[in-house]
Amino acid sequence: MKLTKDQVKHVAKLANLPLTTEEEERYSEQLSKVLDYIDQLNQVDTSNVEPTFNVSGQSNVMREDETAPSLSQDEALQNAPKKENGFFVTKGVFEEVEGSA
Amino acid sequence: MEKGKTKAMNYEPVMGLEVHVELNTKSKMFCKCSADYFGKEPNTHTCPVCLGLPGALPYINKEAIEDCIKIGLALNCSISEVSRFERKNYFYPDLPKGYQISQYRWPLCVGGRLQVTDNSGQEVTIRINRAHQEEDTGKLTHRGNETLIDFNRSGVPLVEIVTEPDFKDVESVRDYAKKLQQIFRYLGVSNADMERGDMRLEANVSVRPVGQTELPNYRVELKNINSFRFMVAAIEYEIKRQIAALEKGGKISQETRGWNDDKKCTFLQRSKEEAHDYRYFPEPDLPELQIKPDEVGKIRESLSELPWDKQKRFVREYKLTEAQAKILSESKELANYFEQAVKHGKEHGVEAVQIANHIINKKINIEEILPTQIIEEIKGKKVGIVADEGELEKLAEQSISENPKAVADYKSGKEAALQVLIGGVMKLSKGKADSAKLKPILEKLLKG
Repeated sequence: MKLTKDQVKHVAKLANLPLTTEEEERYSEQLSKVLDYIDQLNQVDTSNVEPTFNVSGQSNVMREDETAPSLSQDEALQNAPKKENGFFVTKGVFEEVEGSA
Repeated sequence: MEKGKTKAMNYEPVMGLEVHVELNTKSKMFCKCSADYFGKEPNTHTCPVCLGLPGALPYINKEAIEDCIKIGLALNCSISEVSRFERKNYFYPDLPKGYQISQYRWPLCVGGRLQVTDNSGQEVTIRINRAHQEEDTGKLTHRGNETLIDFNRSGVPLVEIVTEPDFKDVESVRDYAKKLQQIFRYLGVSNADMERGDMRLEANVSVRPVGQTELPNYRVELKNINSFRFMVAAIEYEIKRQIAALEKGGKISQETRGWNDDKKCTFLQRSKEEAHDYRYFPEPDLPELQIKPDEVGKIRESLSELPWDKQKRFVREYKLTEAQAKILSESKELANYFEQAVKHGKEHGVEAVQIANHIINKKINIEEILPTQIIEEIKGKKVGIVADEGELEKLAEQSISENPKAVADYKSGKEAALQVLIGGVMKLSKGKADSAKLKPILEKLLKG
């Protein structure tokens, strides 16, 4: 199964990866091989097998609604490349207003 | 203009609503951080789970699941026997994990309905596609080339309620949103305050020629609008804008728009040239939920009486008019207040209808006047009320000297102790004191 360059571009965009033209070529080859490899799974007849969503086999694992102390502000921010007045700082992202969806 | 108007009659809006409501649980959806984040210092309510640190595992808050089921039941949804969480993948810095834990193919609640009133006063049924459980995102503040992030809100339980595209006019949208807010408050699952962002509305708006049955091939999403009034204004504007564009033979693009209240118009926020591709897949870190009918039954039994049921009961039981019953069932607090007054009224031969009229006409402030007092007020009207300030002051002084503990409580900051003193005056005056005048008199004496 050969992936087109457009498909590679699309996947790269979704993964937030900037690719050079040369990389797009290379990955379209490589990803196609990965897909072929994975495709071997389709040889197995799974028509009578329930899909596995979770390997623990458990259900209804829930906790009571109780609080516990959080990290301090300093602890929360300690790995941040950039911070200011208790906030994480990142590149401006106003272009793509997404919000909670 | 005239021509435009007649032509506009040929189009009808087709709208659907998505409502997000933040639950008022103590802790977050998947960790034990406090969910009470509003107005707190940034990034003081976080932990490895809600910061999306590697290796941290989510742990489901049972209360949030129950609240979501309550909402579903109130909206006549079926509760799924098996429900699963999924990862909704997208890159945006409000999500530290790179995905939001949400529900897609196996939502908790499906297929409900809600009756609303439309522009012409007719009852119409809005179908609910689903109500599902998810987590809120962090809060972003945009500043020039930079964005500031506060993750206190990240992971707060959020329920999303999605309708079918059943709205045909603005009034039914407004009524739907108001009714949902009322339901959330009655159920006690959220404060549903729009300005604080507890409740957020998104409307999908498109128009089609009257008579066309298939859905339009585009939709405009109205987002980030934080009041009922602005949402109504935005929808009205958007319907006109779209009809005008179609009449000119133009095409309307699929996009997200916001509301500019200064200019009174909607504006482009994001064009959606390609469809979203969230690559949902089952959240491997969370076991599935199996919800047994008897558990749903228990939650159903625990539901408080819903506004419309209360309204019907008030008409039946107390012989109120529909209008009176609607006003008095607007909030649970007011409804309880009314019923307490009715109970007290029975002992004093005051009818429920009189009480309803009194509360509504006098616009009684239920936080200041006790239900028993309004009975006195109504009776007072019959036999002559004590309204003379000099006389009231004397009674107030007597009540103060007879209730030293209430005075001490009041002076130590317990404002509610004033009710004891008001009650004292009522007793002394055999219920004939004008309670509306009493409060300022007592306050003056206590401060003096």
